[in-house]
Amino acid sequence: MQGPLIDTLARQGVTRRTFFKYCATLASLMALPPSAGRAMAEAMAASPAAVKRPSVIWLPFQECTGCTESITRSHSPTIEGLIFDAISLDYQETLMAAAGHQAEEALHKAMKDNEGKYLLIVDGSIPLGLDGAYSCIAGKSNLETLKEVAKGAAAIVAMGSCAAFGGIPKANPNPTGAVSVSDVIKDKPIINIPGCPPIPVVMTGVLAHFLTFGSLPEMDSKGRPKAFYGETIHDRCYRRPFYDQGKFAKTFDDEGARKGWCLFELGCKGPVTYNACATVKWNGGTSWPVESGHGCLGCSEPDFWDAGGFYKALSMPADPLKMVSAAAAVGAAAGVAVSFANRAKKSAAKAGHETTTLADLEK
Amino acid sequence: MNEMQFLTWVRGTGLNIALGIFLLGVIWRLIEIYGLGRKKDLSAPRNVSGASGWNTMFRRSVPPEGMLKKSPVSYIGGYIFHLGLFVVLFLFAPHIKFFESLLGISWPGLPSQFIDLVAVVTIAAMVVVLVDRINKPVKRYLSTFEDWFTWLVTFLPVLTGWMAVQHLLLPYTTMLALHILSVEILLIVLPFTKLFHAFTLWGSRWYNGQVNGHKGVAV
Repeated sequence: MQGPLIDTLARQGVTRRTFFKYCATLASLMALPPSAGRAMAEAMAASPAAVKRPSVIWLPFQECTGCTESITRSHSPTIEGLIFDAISLDYQETLMAAAGHQAEEALHKAMKDNEGKYLLIVDGSIPLGLDGAYSCIAGKSNLETLKEVAKGAAAIVAMGSCAAFGGIPKANPNPTGAVSVSDVIKDKPIINIPGCPPIPVVMTGVLAHFLTFGSLPEMDSKGRPKAFYGETIHDRCYRRPFYDQGKFAKTFDDEGARKGWCLFELGCKGPVTYNACATVKWNGGTSWPVESGHGCLGCSEPDFWDAGGFYKALSMPADPLKMVSAAAAVGAAAGVAVSFANRAKKSAAKAGHETTTLADLEK
Repeated sequence: MNEMQFLTWVRGTGLNIALGIFLLGVIWRLIEIYGLGRKKDLSAPRNVSGASGWNTMFRRSVPPEGMLKKSPVSYIGGYIFHLGLFVVLFLFAPHIKFFESLLGISWPGLPSQFIDLVAVVTIAAMVVVLVDRINKPVKRYLSTFEDWFTWLVTFLPVLTGWMAVQHLLLPYTTMLALHILSVEILLIVLPFTKLFHAFTLWGSRWYNGQVNGHKGVAV
C-alpha cells in the first residue's frame, strides 16, 4: 500500500465523499471546528506529506494484545482500520511478518530514518521489579527499550490502561513493580488513551489530530484527550433517566434489567468513569457494555482493578467492615466500665455524706 | 494518591475506621447515660392529664404558644433542615444501597431530582439558621465552639453530596470521595458532641416528661 491514503481508500471501495464525511465526523467528535474536518482530510489524504506515510513504532510491554485486537478487529473494513493500515507501522510485533533480529533491524531502521519525527505507541506497562527482568524483548528490559525508543519520538501515545496508568499488571500487589509510560518518560509529549481496551475511534481521532496539526489534542489532568474523556459514562448513559427516577435493576436478569433500568446497584462504575463508550459505542456502533446488560467496570480510570469490586455499588463499602464488631465490643466494655466508675462515685458520695445537726448550724 | 485511590480509601479503610469509632462511641455513651440511674421517687404519683413521658415527647415537638412568632427562624428553619436531612439521607437511592449493605434491609427511594430539590432547600435552611445564630446577639452569646463546629460537620456532607451530583467545582470522583470523607468526619464527631441528640432526644424527652409527670407537672 503506497501512495496517498485517498488512493488506498479508493482501492478498498471507500469514496472520497465517504472519507470526507468521516473526517468531518471525527472533527466534530473531537469538538473541533467544522473546518478541521477538511484540514484533517487534506492532511491525511491529499497533501504530499501523506505520500510518505508517517512512521509509527508500536512497542508492546506487559500487555495482553487486547489493545491491538481492538484496533485491528474493530469492524472490518472500517475507515479506522484503513487509516491504521495507511500509516507506516514500522514495528508491531503482532502484526509484522518479520521476527527475531529482522524485527529488531526494522525497529532500529525506523528510529534512525525518522529521528525526532516518529510517533511511538506503547501498549502494556513497564515492570521495574528485578531490574526489569519480568519482561524483556531481544535481551533488553522494557525499561531500557522504552527509554531508547522514546528518545527520538515526536510524541508518545500510551495505548490502553496498562501503558497509561499501569493497568492490570499494576493491580495490588503489583508483583512486577509495573508502572505507566508517564512514570518513566518525563521529557516527551505523552497522550494517554486508556481503556481495557480503548475505543478504536479514539485512537484514530488522536492519530488524525497528530497527522493534521502535528500536535496532540487537548488533554485532561490525566493526559487523556478531552474530546473523548470529557464526560462520565453515567452522564451520557441511555439508562440515566432510570437512575434519576430511582429505577434500578436488582439482579442481572430481573424485569428491571430487561426493561433497561439503571445498573448502579449491580456495581456500575459509570458515575466515576470518563470515557466515550456511551456515545461512540463498540463494534461499529452496535452496542457497549452497559447496553449489553453489564455495569461499567471503570476500565479507563487508574487503578480500576483495585477500586473495591466490580459488583459493589459505588455507595457500598469497598472492603468488609472488620473493625465494626471489635469497636462495638470495646464501646460496650468502655460504657460498662464508666458506668461502674460512676456508680462507685455515687456510692462514695453517699457514704461520705455528713449529717448536719442544729448544733452544727449554731456554731 | 489519585482520586480513584482516594475514593477507594474513603469507601474502604476510612469507612471502616469511621464506622468503628461511631459505633464504639454510640454504644459507650448510651450505656453510660442509661446506666447512670436515678433515685427512686418514693412520693405518691400525682395524676395530672397531659403530664407524662409520652405527652412531653409530643409536646416538645411543637412550639409553645407565641414562640413561633418570637423565633420563627429557629422553628421553621430547624424543622426544614431536620426533615430535609432525613429525606436526603434515607430516601436517596445510593444511600439506601449503603444502608442495605450494612443492615441487609432496603426500602424504596425517591427520584433524584426531588432529592436534589430537597438538598437545595436543606442547604438554604441551614445557612439561614447559621446567619440567624450570627445575627441574634443572644444566640451568638450562647454559642460555643461546639455549636459552630457541629453545624459545619453537618453542613459539609449535604453540600459536598449536592455538589458531587451537580458536578460543581471538582470532578465527580473527587467530590464523591470528599462527600464520603465528610460523612466519616460526621460519624466520628457525632457520638462525642451535642449531635448525639440524634440518639438521646426521644429518651430524654420521655424521661423529663415522666419525672415531672410524677410530680404532677406537665412540661
